[in-house]
Amino acid sequence: MQTSNENPRSLWNRLFGDPVRAFGVVSIVFLISLAIAPAKHHFSEWRHYQQSYLSMIRGRGEAVTLQRHFQGGIQQIWHPELGVVDRCTTCHVGLKEASLSDVTVQPFRPHPVIPHNPDQLGCVMCHRGQGAATTVEEAHMSTLAWEQPILPARYIESSCGQCHRAPLTGTPQLNEGRHLISRYGCTHCHTVKLPEGGTLKPADDPPSLSHIADKTTREWIFAWLKDPQAYAASARMPNFKLGDDDARDISAFLIANSTPVPGDTLTLPTSARKVAADPTAGASLYGESFCATCHAVQNAAGNVVGGDIGPEITRIGTKAKPEWLAAWIKNPRGYDPPTEMPHYRFADEKVATLTTFLQAKADPDFLANVHLDPATPEQVAHGKLLVTEYGCSSCHEISGIKKPENFAPELTRIGSKPVAQLIFLSGMPHTLPDYIAGKLRQPRAFATGLKMPQYSFTPAQVDAVTTALLSLNDRSQTLPPALRVPGIPESSYQPAGKAGQLMNDLACFSCHRVNGRGSDLAPDLTWEGSSVQRKWLEDFLRNPNTLRPALIRRMPKFNLKPDEITVLSDYIMTVYQAPAFDRDSMPNSGYPPVQVERGRQLYYSKYGCQSCHIVDARADKGYVGPTLTQVGSRLNAAWIYNWLKNPQALRPGTIEPNRNMAEEDARALTAYLMSQKGSGRQEAKK
Amino acid sequence: MRKLAISVGLLCLAVTSLSCAHPASSAPAPTPTAAGAALVEVGGGKQAGALGTTLSQPVVVQGNDEQGNGVSGALVSFRGPGHVSFDPPTGLTDSSGQFTTNVSLGGMAGRYQLTAGTMSKTQKVVELKIEEIALGHQEVLGRELSEQYCARCHNPESTAERVSNYDNLETKPHPFTEGDTLNKMSDADLIAIISHGGPALNKSALMPPYGYTLTKSEIQALIAYIRMVSDPPYGAPGIVYAQK
Repeated sequence: MQTSNENPRSLWNRLFGDPVRAFGVVSIVFLISLAIAPAKHHFSEWRHYQQSYLSMIRGRGEAVTLQRHFQGGIQQIWHPELGVVDRCTTCHVGLKEASLSDVTVQPFRPHPVIPHNPDQLGCVMCHRGQGAATTVEEAHMSTLAWEQPILPARYIESSCGQCHRAPLTGTPQLNEGRHLISRYGCTHCHTVKLPEGGTLKPADDPPSLSHIADKTTREWIFAWLKDPQAYAASARMPNFKLGDDDARDISAFLIANSTPVPGDTLTLPTSARKVAADPTAGASLYGESFCATCHAVQNAAGNVVGGDIGPEITRIGTKAKPEWLAAWIKNPRGYDPPTEMPHYRFADEKVATLTTFLQAKADPDFLANVHLDPATPEQVAHGKLLVTEYGCSSCHEISGIKKPENFAPELTRIGSKPVAQLIFLSGMPHTLPDYIAGKLRQPRAFATGLKMPQYSFTPAQVDAVTTALLSLNDRSQTLPPALRVPGIPESSYQPAGKAGQLMNDLACFSCHRVNGRGSDLAPDLTWEGSSVQRKWLEDFLRNPNTLRPALIRRMPKFNLKPDEITVLSDYIMTVYQAPAFDRDSMPNSGYPPVQVERGRQLYYSKYGCQSCHIVDARADKGYVGPTLTQVGSRLNAAWIYNWLKNPQALRPGTIEPNRNMAEEDARALTAYLMSQKGSGRQEAKK
Repeated sequence: MRKLAISVGLLCLAVTSLSCAHPASSAPAPTPTAAGAALVEVGGGKQAGALGTTLSQPVVVQGNDEQGNGVSGALVSFRGPGHVSFDPPTGLTDSSGQFTTNVSLGGMAGRYQLTAGTMSKTQKVVELKIEEIALGHQEVLGRELSEQYCARCHNPESTAERVSNYDNLETKPHPFTEGDTLNKMSDADLIAIISHGGPALNKSALMPPYGYTLTKSEIQALIAYIRMVSDPPYGAPGIVYAQK
């Protein structure tokens, strides 16, 4: 009204000159302003979507059902205890209509099947965004008033991790990310507090550097510090991008700081060294001892082949001093008492054979250009300064240097870090996931003077770690306890007595799990005493033979002494018993031939066991389960019977299906299997 | 005067809409130094990955001349439906005539048809269709279960970690990609055979029952996975995203 500046006076007169006319004009203005709100409502985005939804379903076969389910107006899911006010279902109308699965236009697609009902948790719990908003832009995008945009589908599994701290099926990316965080030891430097108390623990085992001069040379340390992945492609040590001078000084300090450990070097008698002359003996001993179960080697094609429990040993000969390597193979616990490496009881000749074999795995090029002058005291002092500055002792034990506290920013709530607090690289989308992924890719690009080293993650690994980090957020910390699924705490189980010492010495827990402690590489032994017969166990410990034809990782031969075998067998047979049944409740032999024959028929016809197992080595071929040719000498009848009745009760997660087997079938099959004594028994008798 | 205002307004609108259509467009495409007559897939097709994630293997295509030899320096560009992204989306073929790109699938589960294109000498567009599969939560879970319980027999391929039992079986199991057979079976049939074993459908007893081992929703997840990876695609509507 006042905007017309050509002739205000006349316009004013025309509108308000006469009181009646003025009243009319004011009324009209008033009416118009009153109409704004309903008009806004009428032309709102969500109304438009609801109308197009209605016209979409009109043409469909199930229109009546869909129409009945449809509720107009603003819809809301409200969970005050979770802080959830979600109006997403106002536009996402068909979210619960499975029959709309052919619809590809949003916002009308039904929600894919997930373990939760959208009503139960709302939408923003998983998808982020602003739930209370009723326009697309405000709900999905990052705005001035709202920093949390919709989480890209790439990282969606992070939302599962907010509540589920325990391992989860169906979220491979989250699991991988968590595995990487613990395996790469991120939490050595970054603290992550857990909502249930305590902090996240790393699962790597960085070696102590207090005695490093016994193990390797200063030249190797220098080259390793410059580029760890040049030494071993799969090395988890990150690259600190050190200059030559810094690497020189750190190596000088580490060597000067190192103290010898008595007995960590070994000079073998010449008689032992002569035996090592056979060139193929080393390779076969390496194979027989199943070193590749833990250690990987990079082959000619560039593939790293082998396990990742121990370090990659492609170029071990360039790193390890021969006398240290010999002592390590003879007994690794002399140098590193808690190591995951088992103490193989090798005779001196075998130690020499393996040492020679490993020493030949060398790469002269790796140290070809490393020439270091003797260290000066200034270099050593500067090296110590650098070691403190870079926080080396966060991961490695270094005598004389304390492990720093809170060396790097805490990551407990990194998944909720406000975007306003972040500094982005130019050209980078301004979102938190992009920031975290960028930081993992190029940690030092974000400012000068940053210390975080460069990791060698693949793009998929960056995504996985980002997913796991996004799950550490405000919500994960403030969840109602009823919703929290806490992680499984690491068990501190320790077997008692002599057997316990022996099990530590043999590093049984590096592969086997007992009472929650250990690894899942090999069978859980918690109830081993109920499962196997003592005679078989002793034979197996003496000379482990494989039960599974297709397995590449097998139990190595530890060369145990007879009294050690007795101690271990006593302990396993007595202590590791299943509470559910008595091992001796069924006889291990003497079943009537009729029952055995019936079991045989059930085995081959009704239950088709031969698809996975071998009983008759000439006719059967199954590769999935263990070989059963001598199962009657290996397992106890009571174990077999209970296993047949419910395998998952004895070993959760086993792939042997539960057949819901009838009592008499289970007994007949047990009788048949117990009749399979194999040839092993005759040999053992001799 | 009014005309001018309207035209300025229209111009502004056009500029904004254009800038919206091309958000922060990446570096300009390189100039091709050669042209191919055909595009062939070298690897990376028919992969299944969780939706939104980068596929584990890059997609590799080769630009060939009339004789079928690789052409280096031909410009190849990729496009796909929805939120599929390529890293890089365009580029020149290398010395062996190949172009490699990492593909991130969109946020909806289903089949995605990607198109690789190049310009021939006669300025004709040569295209190659490549199909990839994005797995939703249910299918990801199904894949995990399949790897654990089924793949030892149903996948004829062996790896170092998992030696296949396929060749040992007298009656051969159907690989889950075998759409010709599996697409004919209804969901109810699949549930029956997984829950009660082969004899439930008069098939081999070598297929054991998993009804007491897996839950109903786990069996549903397995079926969702089997349907998703079947080749030819399972006929249920709504799982094919064509180029729009």
